[in-house]
Amino acid sequence: MLCSICNEKPATVHLTQIVGDKMQKLDLCEDCAKAKGVNDPAGFALADLMLGLGASQEIEQAVGGVETKCPRCGFAQADFKKSGRLGCPECYKTFAEGLAGMLKTMHKGTRHVGKVPEALRASREQSDRLKTLQKKLEKAVKAENYEEAARLRDEIREMSERPAPPRNLTR
Amino acid sequence: MKDLHTFLWPPAETARRHGPHDRIVMSSRVRLARNLRDFAFPGWAKKLERMKVLETVRPAVESLPEMKDSFSEGMDNFTVLDKQILVERHLISREHAAKSAGSGLVLNREESFCVMINEEDHLRMQALRPGFQIREAWTAIDRLDSALEKKLDYAFDAELGYLTACPTNLGTGIRVSAMLHLPGLVLSEQINPIIQSVNKLGLAVRGLYGEGTEALGNVFQVSNQMTLGESETIIVERLEKVMSQIIEHEENSQQTLLEKKPKVVFNHIGRAYGILANAHSISSKETMNLLSLMRLGVDLALFPGEERSLVDELFLTTQPAHLQKQFSDKLSAEERDIIRADMVRGRLKDVNRPFVKPPGAAN
Repeated sequence: MLCSICNEKPATVHLTQIVGDKMQKLDLCEDCAKAKGVNDPAGFALADLMLGLGASQEIEQAVGGVETKCPRCGFAQADFKKSGRLGCPECYKTFAEGLAGMLKTMHKGTRHVGKVPEALRASREQSDRLKTLQKKLEKAVKAENYEEAARLRDEIREMSERPAPPRNLTR
Repeated sequence: MKDLHTFLWPPAETARRHGPHDRIVMSSRVRLARNLRDFAFPGWAKKLERMKVLETVRPAVESLPEMKDSFSEGMDNFTVLDKQILVERHLISREHAAKSAGSGLVLNREESFCVMINEEDHLRMQALRPGFQIREAWTAIDRLDSALEKKLDYAFDAELGYLTACPTNLGTGIRVSAMLHLPGLVLSEQINPIIQSVNKLGLAVRGLYGEGTEALGNVFQVSNQMTLGESETIIVERLEKVMSQIIEHEENSQQTLLEKKPKVVFNHIGRAYGILANAHSISSKETMNLLSLMRLGVDLALFPGEERSLVDELFLTTQPAHLQKQFSDKLSAEERDIIRADMVRGRLKDVNRPFVKPPGAAN
């Protein structure tokens, strides 16, 4: 496997970053990894690196800490400052961090309550139920109620093994 | 292309539509913002992408049974004047009137559903009802949306709900609003505290044409601002409660004014009638403000035999674009003021001056 940045040397550093429930993977050679400051966990964000891929010029800027751009539509944070509008649905993922605080002050809550498209309703209900079951399981374990815990574990397992709903959630 | 002016209901007909509490609530509206998952929002999309969205959304909307025989057109096929007429009818926003190729409008025969395509979002669908019917409007637009979601791939996120161009509409994408005529609260100077307390509940109070407009003719638009973290039903119910309260306050203030300061009320209404029935030049703004007082006069039975629709019709026909459409679109502002005054005088020719019971007369 070749390095995803220089495409010359073999990749020895393999990065995985999970944001929300989305996983991003990146494979770098030792030199590129060093150049991007990968060994310095504080100053490194995989997202920045991924965005820079493809155009070497941007990679250079990324090292200097260029602002985030939506990988789908090219919308940048500065554009939002100008218009107060986002570029595309994907932007909500790209700028999730910056938006979170804003949404808190803007709305009653930060999680959608209300109408869900019918095609997604089943899967949403299932994920909600799964969450409650997991909470119950934790409680049962804490209370050393192992009989109940075993029953819950089986129920969770059965649910997770069920075929996926017809359409996937956007995240 | 269908002709917009033969399609739209004549002002006299629109003014005669009735709904519950229409003495105070002129109309109710529920709007939903929706977007397609795979396209950039209209404000950021290139023209080609916007065209593609329009080509996808328009036939889907047209195919709905509720939109049978609808008026459907690209915004580039409207004259500036026609767009302004649609704004004056509260069918499209000012923002949408500024759009051209790549944006569109689908309006149904009854003018009870109006869908703006590529306004700020790919879809802004609205249900419109006369009088106080926000719950009915919500039920109607909910059904339309549910039918549409089977044909279009909406941008929806499990956590954030319906994704919108502006984060202020995120979640439910719902805007519930009503236009309220509140002359009593304005005359008794109670309107500001009311607006403030409504604001405190997280609701917005705006002027006649929405965001950033003044409350001409004592008409105020009340709507929700927050869209995330609460269900549509909760939002609708809260607005219903608040609006019922405002209706009650308006009724009370009219009653109190009549009891405590009848001369002030009669003076305002009498002068309004005097000017409207005799002016030879009048601006649109002054007309609106005076018509509002005449509307109050009709509601207080000072114009026996006259109906509110007389005033509501003039509310519409005296607006700049409606006036230009009826006469000529090459009018200067001064010429418009003269024609407006002529029209109002003509319309009030057979309306008797306000009838005020002599003091001491029995009820």
